Amino acid sequence: MDFTLDKKHEMARQLFREFALNEVKPMAQEIDETEQFPRENVEKMMKYGFMGIPIPKEYGGQGCDVLTYIMCVEELSKVCGTTGVIVSAHTSLCCDPILTYGTEEQKQKFLVPLASGKKLGAFALTEPGAGTDAQGAQCRAEEDGDSWVLNGSKCFITNGKEADIYIIFAVTDIVEDAKGRKSKKFSAFIVEKGTPGFTFGTKEKKMGIRASSTYELIFQDCRIPKENILGPRGKGFGIAMHTLDGGRIGIAAQALGIGEGSIDATIDFVKERKQFGRPIAAFQNTAFQLADMKARMDAAKYLVYKAACTKDQYMEDHKTSYSIEAAEAKLFAAEAAMAVTTKAVQLHGGYGYTREYDVERMMRDAKITEIYEGTSEVQRLVISGAMLK
Amino acid sequence: MNIVVCIKQVPDTKGGVKFNPDGTLDRASMLAIMNPDDKAGLEAALRIKDETGAKVTVLTMGLPKADDMLREALAMGADEAVLVTDRRLGGADTWATSSTVAAAVKKLDYDLIITGRQAIDGDTAQVGPQIAEHLALPVISYAEDIKVEGNSVIVKRQYEDRYHEVKAQMPCLITALSELNEPRYMTPGGIFDAYDKEVTVWGRDDLTDLDDANIGLAGSPTKIAKASDKVRKGAGEKVALDPKESVEYIVGKLKEKHVI
Repeated sequence: MDFTLDKKHEMARQLFREFALNEVKPMAQEIDETEQFPRENVEKMMKYGFMGIPIPKEYGGQGCDVLTYIMCVEELSKVCGTTGVIVSAHTSLCCDPILTYGTEEQKQKFLVPLASGKKLGAFALTEPGAGTDAQGAQCRAEEDGDSWVLNGSKCFITNGKEADIYIIFAVTDIVEDAKGRKSKKFSAFIVEKGTPGFTFGTKEKKMGIRASSTYELIFQDCRIPKENILGPRGKGFGIAMHTLDGGRIGIAAQALGIGEGSIDATIDFVKERKQFGRPIAAFQNTAFQLADMKARMDAAKYLVYKAACTKDQYMEDHKTSYSIEAAEAKLFAAEAAMAVTTKAVQLHGGYGYTREYDVERMMRDAKITEIYEGTSEVQRLVISGAMLK
Repeated sequence: MNIVVCIKQVPDTKGGVKFNPDGTLDRASMLAIMNPDDKAGLEAALRIKDETGAKVTVLTMGLPKADDMLREALAMGADEAVLVTDRRLGGADTWATSSTVAAAVKKLDYDLIITGRQAIDGDTAQVGPQIAEHLALPVISYAEDIKVEGNSVIVKRQYEDRYHEVKAQMPCLITALSELNEPRYMTPGGIFDAYDKEVTVWGRDDLTDLDDANIGLAGSPTKIAKASDKVRKGAGEKVALDPKESVEYIVGKLKEKHVI
């Protein structure tokens, strides 16, 4: 067991850190305030290959591994949770399922532009009546000649209005078991922006990650080519769950970054802020709180990196499962990020409650990591389900 | 077209400066970065590569750990990297450095050589022009813009209040200013490729066209009497006076210190 990164991973981290500090950090507060999608920085990330890190070169990617991609999300999220999730949703939720389930034609047509940074991706599973309970889904797709016709809506979609290529899940069949109980069968589809019948609904006004362009997607007799079905008909639920296993590692890395970023900001603050004639860093309470925060985020880091390395093993050998590792990483990192950012705000005192200080934003950003791509409760179900089977 | 870019690993000024007992820099213990002027020179070469498909080779003389910096250059887009490293070459001043680097450059194909104007550690701005002298090449220093036109380069040479536009036939040597451009970032895939590539390592004995009298500390005419880190100065004195009073005040102070 070796816990050190090799030189290429160290250099990649240095690259992501420099990019985050030079390009992302200066914009973080402003885009939070204005809810303006950071298009300019996303284009820079596209140019420098950040949008296809774990995708093989033959499909336009960088040919690196999952661990490198995870460190990218982590470093970006240290300064801006919004930027972290833009990369994560694009890579884990849009590129990855096309790489895993797409036909060669689909990979050439959709994955190459996504991974090479020409197009942005999104993933749409959630509906107003279906979050954790996927069976509540209403969005359906019907076969009609050479097309699939989509009707329904999706909500809370990250990169919503800014993406070019979307993975959409819709009900294609309703099956009845021996006892007459009906259940919905889903299929996954690749839908391009600009397809007639595909429009955008309202933009969500969110507590955190405010610039990530979270939109409702609306499909009204939206006709897509038959060949845009991703994976086999009726296997969409499995595709969604497997995709989310990967996505959870991305969100775990986002949570990890947010938590670590709040510690960095707090260290700077407590050395400057004086009370009773000395910097508050000199008080044992401050020091001990910081120690707890660091220990907690380091624990999160090892779970997240372990999950990333397990997914890397899966890329080599599909018999490896990373579902439990991903669930543990996300559960722990998200709750650690929430707890640590809350402490960071506390150590900032009144200043921490103002928008002038980054930790206020970080605490708001941290909360979503306990909710999206499977709530903490869902992660507990996944982990305990495997323990007790 | 072949471009050789000479780069140097320098102490990151954020990491503090340490010296060896002989007064030379203790490079082994300091954090190291690619010298900013050299990085701009590399970027200029990579832009020429983007336009013309030129081959870019980076060359450095330094400690084995300069390998990291060469990998960074490869990850930015350089094609090949050469590390000249040997204990016998250590402690070199600008003369010994330029003699050694020129001997290494002679072993490579080149149409254009780009170096940084000066390194942030020594700040001499001598090595680039000296390499050109050793190779009997024309040199254009302080480049703030470089264009390739056929077999020539057209360079804007910076002055304090103007620039000269200079044209030179290749082969020639250009020294680059950090103001020349904004160096690109590496790419993640470029980093992975860089670590799969072979860095060519040359020792003293690989450089045949080089006299032992011109290498290392012994071959360096510069002798360092004493070196020290810069000492932080006090905040000084601030006074608020009208212009006439200020003149009297300053003259008084200068007299007091026997300056005038």
